[in-house]
Amino acid sequence: MTDVIMPQMGESIAEGTVTKWMKAVGDTVERDEPLFEISTDKVDAEIPAPASGILTEIRVQPGTTVSINTVVAVIGAAAAASAAPPAPAPQPPSPVVPAPPAAAPPAPNPAVPTAAPVSAPAAAPVAPPPAPAAPRPPAPATLPARPTPPALAAPALVPAPVAPAAVPAPPPIAPPAAQAAPVVPPPPAPPAARDDARPQADMSVDELRQTRSSPVVRRIAAEHNVDLNAVTGTGISGRVTKQDILTHLEGRTASAPPAADVPAPAALGATAVAPAVPVVAPYRPGERVEIIPMSPIRKRTAEHMVLSKRISAHVSTVWEVDMTRVDHLRQKYRQAYQERSNVKLTYLPFIVKATIDALKAIPVLNSSVEGESIVFKKDIHMGLAVALDWGLIVPVVRNAEEKNLLGIAKAVNDLAERARTKKLKVDEVQGGTFTITNPGVFGSLFGTPIINQPQVAILGIGTIEKRPVVRDDAIAIRSMAYLSLTFDHRIVDGSDADRFMAHVKKGLQEFDENAL
Amino acid sequence: MRRLGRVPYADALDLQARLVAERQSGAIPDTLLLLEHEPVLTLGRNARRENVLIPEPALRERGIAVFETGRGGDVTYHGPGQVVGYPIVELPPGRRDVHRYVRDLEEVMIRACADLGVVAGRIPGLTGAWVGHQKVGAIGVRIARWVTSHGFALNVSPDLSPFDLIVPCGIRDKGVTSLERLLGGPVPVDRVLPRLADHFAAVFERQAQDAPVAPLGGAR
Repeated sequence: MTDVIMPQMGESIAEGTVTKWMKAVGDTVERDEPLFEISTDKVDAEIPAPASGILTEIRVQPGTTVSINTVVAVIGAAAAASAAPPAPAPQPPSPVVPAPPAAAPPAPNPAVPTAAPVSAPAAAPVAPPPAPAAPRPPAPATLPARPTPPALAAPALVPAPVAPAAVPAPPPIAPPAAQAAPVVPPPPAPPAARDDARPQADMSVDELRQTRSSPVVRRIAAEHNVDLNAVTGTGISGRVTKQDILTHLEGRTASAPPAADVPAPAALGATAVAPAVPVVAPYRPGERVEIIPMSPIRKRTAEHMVLSKRISAHVSTVWEVDMTRVDHLRQKYRQAYQERSNVKLTYLPFIVKATIDALKAIPVLNSSVEGESIVFKKDIHMGLAVALDWGLIVPVVRNAEEKNLLGIAKAVNDLAERARTKKLKVDEVQGGTFTITNPGVFGSLFGTPIINQPQVAILGIGTIEKRPVVRDDAIAIRSMAYLSLTFDHRIVDGSDADRFMAHVKKGLQEFDENAL
Repeated sequence: MRRLGRVPYADALDLQARLVAERQSGAIPDTLLLLEHEPVLTLGRNARRENVLIPEPALRERGIAVFETGRGGDVTYHGPGQVVGYPIVELPPGRRDVHRYVRDLEEVMIRACADLGVVAGRIPGLTGAWVGHQKVGAIGVRIARWVTSHGFALNVSPDLSPFDLIVPCGIRDKGVTSLERLLGGPVPVDRVLPRLADHFAAVFERQAQDAPVAPLGGAR
């Protein structure tokens, strides 16, 4: 008699589900021939018979989950059987001692249905000693604890097809506008920023949503009586994706301000630019002047700057950073980057990377103010101010925190190039959550830039140049730069700002070479 | 390593079955198949039908086939632009641990992503390569006498809309993404294949060797 046990398919695996028997009771089996199939998490495995003989008993039916080392079947010594080796060594889980997995975090495993007789120390001298002392890990956790195998799925555990808590569409949060009357509503800038503002509710976008949302989305919407227009769409053209509607149903959508809140550009023009005009006539009739109407980009920049100064309490702090190490790394890897990926490795990606790390550490710098709330942005969309002959533009590296140095360098190269050639798409200059500007390229030591609304801080990079500095009581020549941070003192305190800058400085001065 | 180009799912199943048998008998060395599929939904052994959100005829209308298959995992989508890797590998005695194997496949995808400028990672308790809360690489594996089949699928530049038709891998509250979407520009599949092959070789401590492209159904 040989017991067939549930093998241990990995050291952090405590159970397995029998999915299929290839043999029936009474069948003859040959040693090593596939006998049954099991399933653990993401992996299905075919288990060979540990011995030859006749399958006399199947103790665990398909769909049942049992602990490892549970006897799942018994193979009897057939009359005809080749009385085979006594110690059948059934697919030994591995001779290694099943040490308790150090790393495996215990998971709240839903009901380990120890349906079948647990383990069988008495049963037989099956290959692996039933690991007497081996403390069985509570449950494997590295893989998704598949709730339950289909067969014995307690209905409660099976997620209903659609989020059951059919939360009625949360009422759109009242726009914060009402707060302080004269202060301009939200910034003019990103009308269609993906995360922070929803697309302008003009007809075509609405229609797009209606018509281009997939049937699945529309079906879910219909089932739950959700108006798709009330759902923030993150798909193409503001399309509502399945993800969006599911999120919405769970009530987690930070509902966007209604259309009325989107400032009419005309009105803004009036408030932002116009007031300056009547104060003093800038020239007298007959004076030799040339009058050139502002380009649209100039006008927008003007509006935006004035607006920002009115909205935020600007304060700047300046730090000196030793860029020698970054310079060294840049020289060292420049050629490799060029050859491997055709990317020009400048200082900027290093600074972006250090800034991202600092933003993760001091998240308030990656937030914005909405009414009397602070909105912390979980994604970092890094705006990079690029000076062009015809004005200033701020392309955005989306989800910069998801990119490594190479990814950042590529994105920076690509965006800068397309900014110069006017090939940026509208959504590539919107939705930034933080901005870096680089007045240093023109030789400035440092700037005190204006915050790019609705963000709350902007980092300025001064020129990077060799300077004599004191190191270990000696004068050394190092590549130095001043970095300045302008922040919105309404919600960012000086201590936050300086902790942030300390982080940036440390990140640059001790830049991790592994990140290259 | 064999690059197979675009392969219908059924053909790939047949090929795998043959290679697994050959690997088990020792007739062939460890092999990594790299390929793309025609649009197809596949249901793993544990798949729940309700995770396919539209009826099968409607799927067929869109040119998407449906297969039930012997790998682990729930339902997923394969299609052009997604690089699928099927390692037909006999796990050596020191590596006979399905969790380790899955972690290793994740590592291969994570490293390949890094080469392209994307920081992917793991989410504790879930399988696959993730960027934020979106999955960029999926895993579903079968092991028979420690010979592996099925494997991993990395979204390089696939049309992601078919994922809307299903609850990928049965995970409802997370999304899917692709390298192309993450990087905001075209990513040719041909650039990703060698990265996957190299990292697979490194992670599994093998020498990568290009094998002749096997004509499907033909001999090795």
